[in-house]
Amino acid sequence: MAQMNMIEAIRSALDIVMDKDPNVVVLGEDVGYFGGVFRCTDGLQRKYGDHRVIDAPIAEGGIIGAAIGMGLNGLRPVAEIQFADYIYPGFDQVVSELARIRYRSCGEFFSPVTIRTPCGGGIRGGQTHSQSPEAIFAHVSGIKTVMPSNPYDAKGLLIASIESDDPVLFFEPKRIYNGPFDGDPDKPAVGWSSHPKGEVPEGHYTVPLGEAEVVREGSELTIITYGTLVHVAVAAAEATGVDVEVVDVRSIAPLDVDTLSDSVKKTGRCIVAHEATRFGGYGAELAARIQKECFWHLEAPIGRIAGWDTPYPHAFEWQYFPGKKRMAAGIRSMMEIE
Amino acid sequence: MATKKSRLHIPRPTARPGDTPDFSYLDLSTAGSVEKPSINARTRDIEFLSSGLVRVLDDEHHAVGPWDPDLDPAKLQVALRWMVLNRHFDKRMWQIQRQGRISFYMEARGEEAVSIGAGMALRPGDMCFPSYRNQGLYMFRGVRLVDMMCQCLSNTRDMCKGRQLPIMYHSKSGNVFSISGNLATQYPQAVGWAMASAIKGEDHIAASWLGDGSTAEADFHHALTFAAVYQAPVILNVVNNQWAISTFQGTAGGERRPFAARGLGLGIPGIRVDGNDLLAVYAVTLWAADRARRGGGPTLIENVTYRGGAHSTSDDPSKYRPKDEWAAFPLGDPIDRLKQHLIVEGHWSEKKHEALEEELEAEVLAAWKEAQQYGTMTEGPFLDPSTMFDDVYAETPHHLESQRRRMLEVESGNGGST
Repeated sequence: MAQMNMIEAIRSALDIVMDKDPNVVVLGEDVGYFGGVFRCTDGLQRKYGDHRVIDAPIAEGGIIGAAIGMGLNGLRPVAEIQFADYIYPGFDQVVSELARIRYRSCGEFFSPVTIRTPCGGGIRGGQTHSQSPEAIFAHVSGIKTVMPSNPYDAKGLLIASIESDDPVLFFEPKRIYNGPFDGDPDKPAVGWSSHPKGEVPEGHYTVPLGEAEVVREGSELTIITYGTLVHVAVAAAEATGVDVEVVDVRSIAPLDVDTLSDSVKKTGRCIVAHEATRFGGYGAELAARIQKECFWHLEAPIGRIAGWDTPYPHAFEWQYFPGKKRMAAGIRSMMEIE
Repeated sequence: MATKKSRLHIPRPTARPGDTPDFSYLDLSTAGSVEKPSINARTRDIEFLSSGLVRVLDDEHHAVGPWDPDLDPAKLQVALRWMVLNRHFDKRMWQIQRQGRISFYMEARGEEAVSIGAGMALRPGDMCFPSYRNQGLYMFRGVRLVDMMCQCLSNTRDMCKGRQLPIMYHSKSGNVFSISGNLATQYPQAVGWAMASAIKGEDHIAASWLGDGSTAEADFHHALTFAAVYQAPVILNVVNNQWAISTFQGTAGGERRPFAARGLGLGIPGIRVDGNDLLAVYAVTLWAADRARRGGGPTLIENVTYRGGAHSTSDDPSKYRPKDEWAAFPLGDPIDRLKQHLIVEGHWSEKKHEALEEELEAEVLAAWKEAQQYGTMTEGPFLDPSTMFDDVYAETPHHLESQRRRMLEVESGNGGST
């Protein structure tokens, strides 16, 4: 085992799959010589050469389109979109092509592309470097959508994503690249060395796609969330003294409904939480599924905590971000419902 | 129509319904007049290829000039056969759609040489990323007529298992990719495929096709950029058939520079070719393929042709262009031109041609009779709808298995759970 932050864990995953499978190639903006703006591909071009770690022109539609073609020709491409906010020029290639090729050709053709992209706020990135568009992709059949919340899962899920013959959208919450963040911006930053999931095996392992994880056991209320908010939920639970169970979705699609509903059946109360805007968000799907599976166990309406339904504002980041204060207030209000 | 004068230029075609067809906007070169450079020529030295028009067949139907591929007459007879087959297939499928037995169809009438000429110049291991009017490529690469018909019928032998609109074929064994209904998406994919071929050290190349209208899509520009940056071994074809449904090629930006010149700013050589001259299409494709195979990078080929039919069964071209426009098109009909060439060279005759037409018409009819046995939209046998949940992912996840069960329950009247 080694201590790794999320960046190192992602780099380790890429290194391992590239070493194991010569067909794995990485392409994206600044991923090659420079090693990526967040350093996730640092050193890979030196090790595997510029034919396998490819600096791409600034054209996300081209990156994804070319990656699809490479995948059709036997490669296993890992495309990096520098910020999730930049993915929209490639949206058609993801939705109409990548997600559909297997289906429309009845399995004759498929392209096992993994798209890695940093997402989420909390880094003073303003509206074009802070978005969480996972719901938009979760809505698309034919792709899998993943968001890890710690280095151990990041490495295991990324290896599983790259080795999967299905296309995967792999969202990396950039606020927690260097350490867990509990949603309180006034506290000094902490590194992953203080967190058990900062312990990462150096070799090959996978965390299966499609499995959620209970990260904090509790009996009074379940918070279902993913990414950065997993840590916010745990911190808020501790701040309130409520015996909260926190479930990390990890695999946004396909969704592990059983782990979620088992928890809510036990606690009887549920909050779904994400950074992305609330209206039509992924939380609505979670709430609908929990309502259906756990209706006779629910002691209160399902609560939703999310980003406000505005673009992500630069100066009001901490009023916008669903941080510890908002999460704790949500927990208390849920417990007041008789 | 009110035609307002302003500094804003609204492109308008030279002729609309009721007008006399006018192709004076087309720059034509005489057959044989365009020089054929070495495949190693620098792009800057061969810019003339993008503004001229490579033609081999002259007005007397002789093959002339440096681009004459000197093809064996037997090969040309085979090419003619494929083009005639393509036309008969289209004719039959169009009728079948009009009879309400398939939902939709698109014919390639007038553009047959684009698919067959290129198909002949490429090697079987080269990967094709076609557009929706390249059915000739599937035929040429070995897909049986009956299988194409079954696809259009969404019947029990449908290669797409009822998931795709008619004409959206695919052929893994023939190395022809699956057709998308979204335009130009295949272009950057072809470039990526070609990049992978080079990365793996293989000598296969990729080729793709799209229409003049689709050159306006971002994917066209993405593809050209990536192809140029990495010198990908790919042939990018623009099929300029003058019309994108109701808008003429000027609406896509073809008024001032030819589409073949779109790559020059990126250093991609462009060739403007007579797309109704099978020998010319074959020759320029072979030139571009040899160049790509030897590491010379991409070529953009503009095939100048004319969409002889409607865009699809869903539009009526007499509403937006003169009815007799095709007859006035200066590059004629690709089948007729190859036929006349073979006749003047003494390798074909009207009698043989009639016999060929009859033979292929019968072949198409026989395929249609067979295809119907596997079901039509209205008469069984029908596909099992539960297969709609297959192939969404490599392995079907729980939620889709659950939805499959629910669909079957509802269809059998045995359940209505939400």
